[in-house]
Amino acid sequence: MEQKNELVLKVRNLRLYFNTRGGPVQAVDGVDFDLRKNEATVIIGESGCGKSSLAKAILRLLPRNAGIYDGEIWLHDQNIMTLDKEAYRKEIRWKRISMVPQAAMNALNPVMKIGDQVAEPAMIHMNMNNEEATKAAVRMLEHVGVPIDFLHRYSFELSGGMRQRSALAMALVTLPDVVILDEPTSALDVLTQASIMNLMKRMKHELETAFILITHDIATSSELADNVAVMYAGQVVEVGDARRFFTQPLHPYSHALMASVPRLREVVEPEFISGQPPSLLNPPTGCRFKDRCPKRFDKCDEEPPTILYDVDRKVKCWLYV
Amino acid sequence: MPEEIYHQTPAAAVAPRKKLIEVRNLVKYFPVRAGLLQRVQAWVKAVDDVSFFINEGETFGLVGESGCGKTTVGRTILRLIPATSGEVIMDGENIFDYKSSELKKMRAEMQIIFQDPYSSLDPRLPIGESISEGLRIHTNMNAQERYDIVTEMLTRVGMRAEHARRYPHEFSGGQRQRIGIARALALQPKFIVCDEPVSALDVSIQAQVLNILRELQRDFGLTYLFIAHNLSVVEHFSERVGVMYLGKMVEMAPRDQLYSDPLHPYTQALMSAIPVPDPTYKRQRILLEGDVPSPLNPPTGCRFHTRCPIAFDLCSQQEPEFKDYGNGHYAACHWLETGNQGASKLTPDNIAARKGRDAAEKVVH
Repeated sequence: MEQKNELVLKVRNLRLYFNTRGGPVQAVDGVDFDLRKNEATVIIGESGCGKSSLAKAILRLLPRNAGIYDGEIWLHDQNIMTLDKEAYRKEIRWKRISMVPQAAMNALNPVMKIGDQVAEPAMIHMNMNNEEATKAAVRMLEHVGVPIDFLHRYSFELSGGMRQRSALAMALVTLPDVVILDEPTSALDVLTQASIMNLMKRMKHELETAFILITHDIATSSELADNVAVMYAGQVVEVGDARRFFTQPLHPYSHALMASVPRLREVVEPEFISGQPPSLLNPPTGCRFKDRCPKRFDKCDEEPPTILYDVDRKVKCWLYV
Repeated sequence: MPEEIYHQTPAAAVAPRKKLIEVRNLVKYFPVRAGLLQRVQAWVKAVDDVSFFINEGETFGLVGESGCGKTTVGRTILRLIPATSGEVIMDGENIFDYKSSELKKMRAEMQIIFQDPYSSLDPRLPIGESISEGLRIHTNMNAQERYDIVTEMLTRVGMRAEHARRYPHEFSGGQRQRIGIARALALQPKFIVCDEPVSALDVSIQAQVLNILRELQRDFGLTYLFIAHNLSVVEHFSERVGVMYLGKMVEMAPRDQLYSDPLHPYTQALMSAIPVPDPTYKRQRILLEGDVPSPLNPPTGCRFHTRCPIAFDLCSQQEPEFKDYGNGHYAACHWLETGNQGASKLTPDNIAARKGRDAAEKVVH
């Protein structure tokens, strides 16, 4: 067994419910996963499975209708769920955990120059003065491959790939322990996507950072992934080592998801998963995938336990009991 | 099984079949207006001299990055936007010459499925009304006859008759896309432009929508122009494929030929960039430098020469001819014109031979 990297983030039984008129929406329901230094954990799932809510829950960016919000998030040796709002804002957010939001390329401020925008988090969270922050911004922009003369340009003057790089620089400028990437490449073309993925692979090794990559694009995610967590209807149904996951997925949902990915130069036609994911307002009891599962049996009406499979893989399915 | 139809050998695919649509020298420039008098300041050359044909009953895949003009091609063919010049021949007639009554007849035969299933259905119209709207305009059917067709179409796309009364917001993305298909199909057209029909959908239901399109093609003898940016989806769905770059068609070939032996450097780069869901997979990936130039002011000569790792003098001066290099495999590249088979290949050795070792190491990862 190879030496494992230091554990950076440990999420245990994290829950985030939203209050709506119809009742609580169980967007994140008892999620567990680990993240190690210089590694990336990929969270895969269909739209509406709660993966973006998970990102919000980790960074405590809660909308007004957030209801139940509990569990444990261990950042190194500190349970950051116990911090109060102000302490969290001062010590954790962006300083130690930062994020590249979904559609980041359109999330940049159109009336602020790229350089100022990247320097801003350093000034606010690291107490740097203007000069130091600009230096840090320049360093980080160089790192992610944005030419220095873009410093004084506005976001609309940049291409999609360059905007994405700038957003990444903004998340990295404070040198956080963890960066959450929410669908970082889904709006980009394949060629740009490939170069951004290459960049992130490089960042993962060069900086002392761990990535959480949230995506629905299974093929692209495989390039960066060290660990994979598959989310379905607010729960993690499978988590474990990426290499073994991609060659041999365990959970029937992971199987079906992998079979639906069209592959290049492959004779096997992609398949689809019939039916729809359940509503998170009132999810079915027992296994949440049972209505669409080809391997359903009697046991599935009961809540499946999380089974340890091999050394470091976990699967939430009765088939592996 | 539909597989038999779609896994034809390249030879069978290029055997003389009837051409349903032939596009000749299609050009579409969009004016850029500015100033007080809204004078035309510049032209966006969205589609610049594109020619191709689509055989009857086949699926022609059109791929390229965003902004390359593939959607504009689809829409000009349907006359949803007027072309600047060029011809589209259908049944021996140029549809750009049609006057209003002929145009109306043509519209019933050519339909479109839009990319975004959330914005392409009228939110205030029950979906049955959306589907039957074309029937009301183009036929003299009464309400009962129209309803029968709506029911039939809904069943064909795997939905139920009672869904006709519901509104778009009551459906999921996949269902809405199927409603869009039912609407395109109601008039029994010959030709359907599918503009990125699955790219807005979750991967787990993409195959379902594609299977429906395939079954309909088999049962009604439809011809598709399948516009997409995802090369893997196009490979599974098309018989012939065209690749566009910055308003130009750079390569066009039967599917198997294109995917096993891409001739144009751009196609090769595009294919090498396709992600594979396997972390152990090792490959040589070609990363192009820079961004796609602006279609406002495209490069001279070959439009790809600014990013091409093996471009030489001629590429920036003269535009390469788009021609057949055997078995219906068209491409536009000066290296191919030299007659040397491997000259256009982006292998490390080839790039090194033309541009030096350093250049090769920079591009191939």
